Amino acid sequence: MTTNLQSRPSRTRRRLLQSAAAVALVPWLPANAAADELPEIPALTAFLAGRKPRLARVHLTLPQLADNGQTVPMKVSVDGPFAPGPRVTAINLFSEANPVPEMAVFEFPVAVDRAEVDSRVRLATTQRIVAVATMSDGALYATAAEVIVTIAGCMDGT
Amino acid sequence: MRVPQVVAISIAAIAIGAVFGAALASAQERALPLPALRSGITFAGSDVRAMQADDASNPGFLWVESGEKLWNATTGAAGKSCASCHGDARASMRGVAARYPRFDATAGTVQDLEARIGDCRVRRQQAPPLARESEELLSLTAYVALQSRGLPTGVTIDGPARAAFERGRAFYEARHGQMNIACAQCHEQNWGKRLLSETMSQGHGNAFPAYRLEWQSLGSLQRRLRACLFGIRAEMPPPGAPELTDLELYLAWRAQGLPLEAPGVRR
Amino acid sequence: MPDARISVPPSVARGKPFEVRIIIRHAMETGYRTDESGKSIPRNVIKTFTCRYNGDVVFSARLSSGIAANPYLRFFVTAKDSGQLAFEWVDDNGVRGGDSAAVTVA
Repeated sequence: MTTNLQSRPSRTRRRLLQSAAAVALVPWLPANAAADELPEIPALTAFLAGRKPRLARVHLTLPQLADNGQTVPMKVSVDGPFAPGPRVTAINLFSEANPVPEMAVFEFPVAVDRAEVDSRVRLATTQRIVAVATMSDGALYATAAEVIVTIAGCMDGT
Repeated sequence: MRVPQVVAISIAAIAIGAVFGAALASAQERALPLPALRSGITFAGSDVRAMQADDASNPGFLWVESGEKLWNATTGAAGKSCASCHGDARASMRGVAARYPRFDATAGTVQDLEARIGDCRVRRQQAPPLARESEELLSLTAYVALQSRGLPTGVTIDGPARAAFERGRAFYEARHGQMNIACAQCHEQNWGKRLLSETMSQGHGNAFPAYRLEWQSLGSLQRRLRACLFGIRAEMPPPGAPELTDLELYLAWRAQGLPLEAPGVRR
Repeated sequence: MPDARISVPPSVARGKPFEVRIIIRHAMETGYRTDESGKSIPRNVIKTFTCRYNGDVVFSARLSSGIAANPYLRFFVTAKDSGQLAFEWVDDNGVRGGDSAAVTVA
C-alpha cells in the first residue's frame, strides 16, 4: 500500500514546524501516543513476517524536536500486567530513515515486572521510529513515534 | 565621571563582590546586569536539560571519573600525584575553577584552567605536557571544575590581567570571518532569538568543559569558541592560543555571578 | 578512561524491580564519517551488551550505529538475594569491556 506522502497531515505539520519563525521550544511529549498505522520499513516487514502487531500496550517516548540528531533520548515501555500471563521477551526498534534500520533489540530472558528501557538513539533526519514488543506467547504489540531533527544553527568544524 | 557616581558604582561593586565573595576590583559596569544573566542551559531543549540534571546519565561524568583516577595516580619524574600536593580535591579545589582564567605570576601570563593544570603537570610532576583536548587534560579539567559546581563565576580583571581582559573584550566586539559578525551581535544584541531551530544563548562559558552532543564527547570552552568562529567562517586560532584565553577571561567576567555547571551538557 | 559509569540504588526491596543505569565509554563509530584526509573511518559499535545477576542473564541488548555514542542504558532488574551485577559488552573489533556493581537486598 502506497501512502500519498504529501497529503498526510503530519507532513504539513512538519513543514510548518520546520519554518524558522514557527518553531517553538516544544516540551518533552510522547511524539505519537497511539499510532494509527506503522510506517513501511522493509526491515520491519521482514521481521514481522506476515504477522500483524496490535497497536497497543507499547509506549515510545522521544522528544518531538530533537536538540541534536546524534543523541536523542528514547524510552520504550510495555504495559503490564505480566505475571501471570505472557511476559515481554524482546523489544525491537526500527528506524524509517537511518542507513541501518534495525536500531536495537532489547532482550528480557527472565520475567521482570517493569519492561522499560531508556537509551539514546541517533537519528539521521526527521523520521518515525517503530517499537515492536514480542510476548512469550508470540503476540506482538507495536507503536510508532515521530521526531523532528534539524541541522545545527552554526556548523562546528572542530 | 563625577565623584558621587564613582562612589555609587564602587559601593555597588564592593557589595556584589562581598555578596559573592568575588574580587571585583574593577568598578566597570557589567555587560549584562546580574539579574539578566541566563545560563546556556535555559536555552537548551528538554533532552539536554534532562541529561545535565542527572549525574548518573550525564556523559560528562565519564571524564570526571577518569579525572579522579588521574588525580590520584602518581606520574612523572617527581613521582607525585595531584593528591600528593593538593590532597582531597573536594576540599583543595573547591572554588578554584570559578576564579579562572587567572594571571599566573610564574607563567607570567593569564591562564585558563587547562593551561594551569598543564603547567603543574610539567613543572611540579615533571611529566610530559598534556595536549589540549586530550583525554587526560579534559578529564582532569572536568574533575577540578566539578569541585566548583554551583559556585558563582568570579574572576579578577585588574592589574596584570587587565591587558588580556581588554584584548578579550575587543575580540568579542570586533567583527570576524566571512560572515563579518561579532560575538556581541548574536550573544549580546540577539540572544533569545532564533537561528534556524535553535535559540541563541547569551554565550556564557560557565558549563564548560561540557559534553556537547555535536562532538559526542566532552570538550573545552576553547573548543566551543573555535567552533563558533568556524560557524561564522572565521579563521580559528589554534587551541591554546592567547586570543582564546583572552576571550575566555572576558567571557568569565561577563558571566560574573553565574554558577558553574561543569560538567555541562550542550547540544 | 573508566569503561563505564554505573548507578544502582544503595539497597533494593526483595522481588521488586529496581533501576539499573549504565553509560559505557564508546565512540559507537558509525562507519559513515571521514577523517580530515577524506578517508572513511571504519564502523565500530558495541554489538552486544549483557547484564548478569549472580550469573544469570537478566537483560541483554543488541545495538547498532543507531545508538548514540557513549551508550546509555536504563533498565530494570528484580533480585531475590543480594549479589553482583556483571556487565559485559563486545564491539565490532572484538574488543570486550566489562564492569560490575554490588546489589544489596534490604
